[in-house]
Amino acid sequence: MHPAPSVIIFTTLSGLGFGLLFWLGLGLPAVTGWTAFAFFAIAFGLAVGGLVASTFHLGHPERALKAFTQWRSSWLSREAVVSVAALCLMGLYALGAVFFAASWTLPGWLGALGALGVVFTTSMIYAQLRTVPRWHTALTPALFLAISLAGGALLAGQVSFALALLPLAGVLQVLWWLRGDGAFAASGTDMASATGLGDIGAVRAFEPPHTGSNYLLREFVHVVGRKHSLRLRGIALGLGYVLPIILLLVPFSHLLGLLAVISHATGIAASRWLFFAEAEHVVGLYYGKR
Amino acid sequence: MTTLPETTDKKLGLVIDLDTCVGCHACVISCKGWNTENYGAPLSDQDAWGASPSGTFLNRVHSYEIQPEAGAAQLVHFPKSCLHCEDAPCVTVCPTGASYKRAEDGIVLVNESHCIGCGLCAWACPYGAREMDHAEGVMKKCTLCVDRIYNENLPEIDREPVCVRTCPAGARHFGDLGDPDSAVSQLVAERGGVDLMPEQGTKPVNKYLPPRQKDELGTTGMHAPRLDPVIEDAGGFLGWLDKALDRLPGGAGSASDSETR
Ligand code: SF4
Ligand code: SF4
Ligand code: SF4
Repeated sequence: MHPAPSVIIFTTLSGLGFGLLFWLGLGLPAVTGWTAFAFFAIAFGLAVGGLVASTFHLGHPERALKAFTQWRSSWLSREAVVSVAALCLMGLYALGAVFFAASWTLPGWLGALGALGVVFTTSMIYAQLRTVPRWHTALTPALFLAISLAGGALLAGQVSFALALLPLAGVLQVLWWLRGDGAFAASGTDMASATGLGDIGAVRAFEPPHTGSNYLLREFVHVVGRKHSLRLRGIALGLGYVLPIILLLVPFSHLLGLLAVISHATGIAASRWLFFAEAEHVVGLYYGKR
Repeated sequence: MTTLPETTDKKLGLVIDLDTCVGCHACVISCKGWNTENYGAPLSDQDAWGASPSGTFLNRVHSYEIQPEAGAAQLVHFPKSCLHCEDAPCVTVCPTGASYKRAEDGIVLVNESHCIGCGLCAWACPYGAREMDHAEGVMKKCTLCVDRIYNENLPEIDREPVCVRTCPAGARHFGDLGDPDSAVSQLVAERGGVDLMPEQGTKPVNKYLPPRQKDELGTTGMHAPRLDPVIEDAGGFLGWLDKALDRLPGGAGSASDSETR
C-alpha cells in the first residue's frame, strides 16, 4: 500500500493525542488551571491535528460532513462519529478542569472511553480489509490500542503505567510483524484464485492492460523501500519502545521525559510507515506483483 | 445507504468467455468512450500524449500465460471490470452512502455528488474494479451501463452494456444471473463458469468461462493429414461434366470409345 504521509501523520499523532486524552479523562494526572490548560492543549492539538491531516488526502474534503451518516455499516463513518463525540465530552471535561478546578467524573470517564473508541475504530478501518491480509487480524486493533495507551501514559507522566504498557505494545508489535510476514500466503488468495485459471497450470502475468501506470498500481502496489524494512523495524522497535523504557528507568527529569516522548513518536511513525509500505493488497496479483 | 440489500430482484451482470476473448481491447475503448460522455464525471487522462500517460478506466484487459505440467504454454486474455458482488465490501466500507447496491437489479453504483474521494472502497475491492478519477477526485467504477440497458431512447439492440455490444468475438454476455433459466445462467452452467477469488467472500455476480481444452498436437502426426481421394462416382452436373470431358479425344473414356467403334 502507498504510505501516504497524511495518513501516517494522522494515525501517529491522533493515536498519541487520544491516548493522552484517555488518561486525562481518568484524572491521571488530576490537573487543574494552567497545568490542565497545557495538558489539554497538547492533547487536543495532537488529536485534532491528526484528524485534520487525514482530510488532506480526500478528493472532496468539503463534503466531509457526509461521512457522519453511514455509521451502521462503515468503520470510517463510526470513527468520524466517535471522534467528534469524544472531543466534545473531553472538551466539557477540560472546561471544568481549566476554569472551575473541577473534575467532572461522568464526562471524563465517558470521554476516556470515547478516546479509546476512536483508536479502536481507526484500527478497524484497516483490520476489516480482507484484501490486505497483513492487516486483517484482531492483532491490529490490539496493537493500535496498546501503542496509544502507552504513548498517552508517557505524555501524561504516568511512569508506572507506561513501564507496563510500553513492553506490552512492543511485544504486540513483534507478534504483529511475525504474523504479517506469512499472512499473504496464508490468505489463500494467489494468481490461481485471482484468475480462476490455476487448473490449467502455473499462471504468470504476461502483459499488463496498459503500458503506463494507473491509480491501482500507485495506490496498492508500493514496493519502494521494502528492502529497508528490517532496518526500519529495528529503528521502530528501538526508538518506539526500548529507548523510552530505558529513559523512564533512569531517575526522572523533564528533559529525559521529553526525549522519551520524541523517541517514542519517531519510532511509532517509522512503524506506521512500515504498516503501509509492507502491506500487500491482493489486487497486485492481477499485475503479477505484490 | 451503504448497508447491502438482503436480496436483489435480479442479479444483472456479465459473463466473460476467456476462450473466445481475442484481447483486442475494443471493450476497453468503447467503455471509456461511453462512460466519458454519459453517467457521471468523464474518465480523465493525465499526460495522455506525454512520456507517462495514465488514466481512469472501468474495464481493463490483462493477459496471462499459463504453463501446464506438460505441453505448450497457453495465452489467455482477461478482461476485468466490476463484478457487481452480492456481498460487496466496497459498499459497506463507504462512510458517506455514495456507494450503494441497487435492490432492484443488484447493480453497484457510486453517487458521485456524495463521494468525498476517500478511496476506502477501492481498498476494499479485491479486484481493482474501482479507480479514483485524478481530475475529478471522485470514485469511478463500472455502472453495468445502467444508462443504456434501460434507455428507451436507444434502439432495442443497443440496450445492453457497450462492452458487450462492441465485442467482435462475442466474448462478453449480459443478463440476469439470478434467473437460472436465463441465457447467461445456462451458459455458465454449461461451460463451468467460475468466480474470481471466491475465498474473499464477495460472491461476485459476474462469471468467467475458462478456456476450452486445446487440441493436442501429435494426434495427426508431424504433417497435415493426406487428403482423401477425389470422389470417383460424382453425380449431377459435375458427374455429367466429368463424363463429357472423358469422352473428348484424349480423355479417359475416348480410348474405350474408339475400341467399340
Ligand atoms: S468487483 Fe469490487 S467494486 Fe465491484 S462490487 Fe465487487 S468489490 Fe465492489
Ligand atoms: S471514495 Fe467515495 S464512494 Fe468510495 S468509500 Fe469514499 S466516499 Fe464512498
Ligand atoms: S458494463 Fe459498461 S461500464 Fe461496465 S465495463 Fe462494460 S462498458 Fe464499461
